[in-house]
Amino acid sequence: MATQASGTSDFLKNLGKIYAFYTGGFLVFVIALAILEQVGVPNRILGYLFVFFTIAVYAVIGIMSRTAQVSEYYVAGRSVPAFYNGMATGADWMSAASFVGMAGTLFLLGYDGLAWVLGWTGGFVLVSILIGPYLRKFGAYTVPDFMSFRYGGNFARMLGVIVLVCCSFTYVTAQIYGTGLIASRFLGMPFEIAVFAGLAGILVCSLLGGMRAVTWTQVAQYIVLIVAYLTPIVILSYQKFGIPIPQLTYGNAIMDITAREQQMLQTGLASAAALKPHIQPFINYSPLNFFAIVFCMMIGTASLPHILMRYFTTPSVRQARVSVGWSLLFIFLLYFSAPAYAAFSKLEVYTEIIGRDLTAIRPWLFNWGELGLIKICGKDAINIDAVVAACKTVAGHPGVVRLQDFSINTDVIVLSTPEIAGLPYVISGLVAAGGLAAALSTADGLLLAIANALSHDVYYKMLDPNAPTARRLIVARILLLVVAVFAAYLASTKPADILAMVGWAFSLAMAGNFPALIMGVWWKRTTSAGAIAGIIAGFGLCLFYLLTTRYFPGYGVQYFGMTSLLNPVTGAPVVDVAKAMTLPNAMEAWPTLAHPLANKVGWFNLNNIAAGLLGMPIGFLTIVLVSLMGKAPSPEMQALIDEIRKPRGRTVLQEKT
Amino acid sequence: MSVEPVSTPENDRDHWRKTTRLMFGHLAVWFFFGYVIHMFVIPLNKITIPVLNFPLGFYMAAQGSLIVFVAMLFIFAWQQDKIDRDHGVAEDE
Repeated sequence: MATQASGTSDFLKNLGKIYAFYTGGFLVFVIALAILEQVGVPNRILGYLFVFFTIAVYAVIGIMSRTAQVSEYYVAGRSVPAFYNGMATGADWMSAASFVGMAGTLFLLGYDGLAWVLGWTGGFVLVSILIGPYLRKFGAYTVPDFMSFRYGGNFARMLGVIVLVCCSFTYVTAQIYGTGLIASRFLGMPFEIAVFAGLAGILVCSLLGGMRAVTWTQVAQYIVLIVAYLTPIVILSYQKFGIPIPQLTYGNAIMDITAREQQMLQTGLASAAALKPHIQPFINYSPLNFFAIVFCMMIGTASLPHILMRYFTTPSVRQARVSVGWSLLFIFLLYFSAPAYAAFSKLEVYTEIIGRDLTAIRPWLFNWGELGLIKICGKDAINIDAVVAACKTVAGHPGVVRLQDFSINTDVIVLSTPEIAGLPYVISGLVAAGGLAAALSTADGLLLAIANALSHDVYYKMLDPNAPTARRLIVARILLLVVAVFAAYLASTKPADILAMVGWAFSLAMAGNFPALIMGVWWKRTTSAGAIAGIIAGFGLCLFYLLTTRYFPGYGVQYFGMTSLLNPVTGAPVVDVAKAMTLPNAMEAWPTLAHPLANKVGWFNLNNIAAGLLGMPIGFLTIVLVSLMGKAPSPEMQALIDEIRKPRGRTVLQEKT
Repeated sequence: MSVEPVSTPENDRDHWRKTTRLMFGHLAVWFFFGYVIHMFVIPLNKITIPVLNFPLGFYMAAQGSLIVFVAMLFIFAWQQDKIDRDHGVAEDE
């Protein structure tokens, strides 16, 4: 991994050996910690060893991958083999939310939660057949590069940068928040300090080596995260069913859950209102919103710049396509295991907690109750006495835990599985290291996307096109640092709004990028004016819908004909709009989520998380209409589009390095 | 297999026509397994997969469609490469 070309090619030739050695080393490290635990080393020390050892390894890779070449910094020298780019993309894609939160969402929502599983996998099909390989042939460093080239210069480039920053910044803030949360929970650091410790972990991976360093640390992080995710669930499956393949055995758990649900209803352990049958569809989302979420997440995947830019790094167009296949395979390994976590946890809760006498609750639960993550009878389940006292205040409580008494934070599902299975602490530490790897790797990819757009597109292409290489790289690193510190500062303030906005990224990317990218390759007649109008119209409408439904709901009702969203089961409005509009705060701007109308109004009963469903079609329509009104693009441009469509030959864009 | 590049407009047009047809074919499969099949989740859930005991509708959303997506991507990469080679526009190995 030296900066010389010969060192690089040695490294690339020996990738298999290097990462096999690394994986073996990691497993030996886990076993060594397991032995330390047996001889009585305290859990807190084991937690620190896990976090610091893994971050130290990422730091070593990051420092060894430092580079002074522009093409190495921006696209890893276009030398990352398909298989490894697939792993890096897997780590880039799977965030703290996927690692920690996905299983919890499936636990709470049952079948409806699968909208996220489908949405976050199916998009890769579109990446491969519609966009990724063509952008690789084009030879861009960033997504705005393509916008600028295809759509006549810096105005389109600027729009591309705006879309990119809007959809990446809230996302990266949430990742840094995730690193802080995991570090604080397992190391017992104050959250604010843990955020900046996480920031250090992120910067050592990316600051010196840009894309090259991020790529090779992401591969290392993928290995940690997938080992960490699969280990507890494989052991649990073996304990319960004698077969270590949880993805096959959890069908039985689902059958048991369904039987238990009926039993709980009959014995009065669950009220019909509190029970959401695990396999019953469309009780949390209406069918429209279920499919709207699937659609927006899929199209969003195919439009998010930090994902698309991973396919700029492969040696060829052919490898870019194969690489998308590997990416999805590596992502699939985690996503098809998440429902198993949910099912096993739910069975544990339904059989070992619900229906138990208050004094016979299993003790693993109290660790999470202390953190405020599990509540029984509305109070944190700290210990048996607290639970008994809390339930005494509930009128007519039968003295056993009922379903409606129990509430659990979704993050607990994955984190508590090692304890449910009765595994030693070392496995919990492993899970924490995996969650941290997931958050760090995604944060790195996003930060790089933002910083590269600012340094390459805004600084180099628009402000100072004659900047020498050394200065470009210094500016790139300074901007990376500035964006990272700003995001970390924001994360340390625990901004509830920003965290709730992460889902918006997909709709914003979908409305802003997708039509212009697709039409730029697939319809030669697309003109600059058409694309620019399309981006503004689509992205603008999407942003308008998001902001109005969340921050100006009164205005949405008053001036834009918005109505209440509907309850997916009963079809009744979730809020009485006429009554809410008479309240004194009806027209309040920028209200908190407690506002009676916030996030509860819209058009066509469409949740605002799926706002891209409005913006994207308008974007396509505008592009077609405005393009047809103007003159066709020049024959030179059309010839260049032909070049993009053929894998053979040099990249269309030739960067001077 | 690899034909020498014959960059005639006819060859390019033919290449792009086949590429487009392949794209729409995969888009149709994607749409079927991403959406259409899940619209029938309620009747499908009445069927239980033998031995594994998954309700079929749930299984398709949790695993079935995902497996199809992964397989599609490798098949697509192979098919598109074949089209490129047949028209002499594939990259050198």
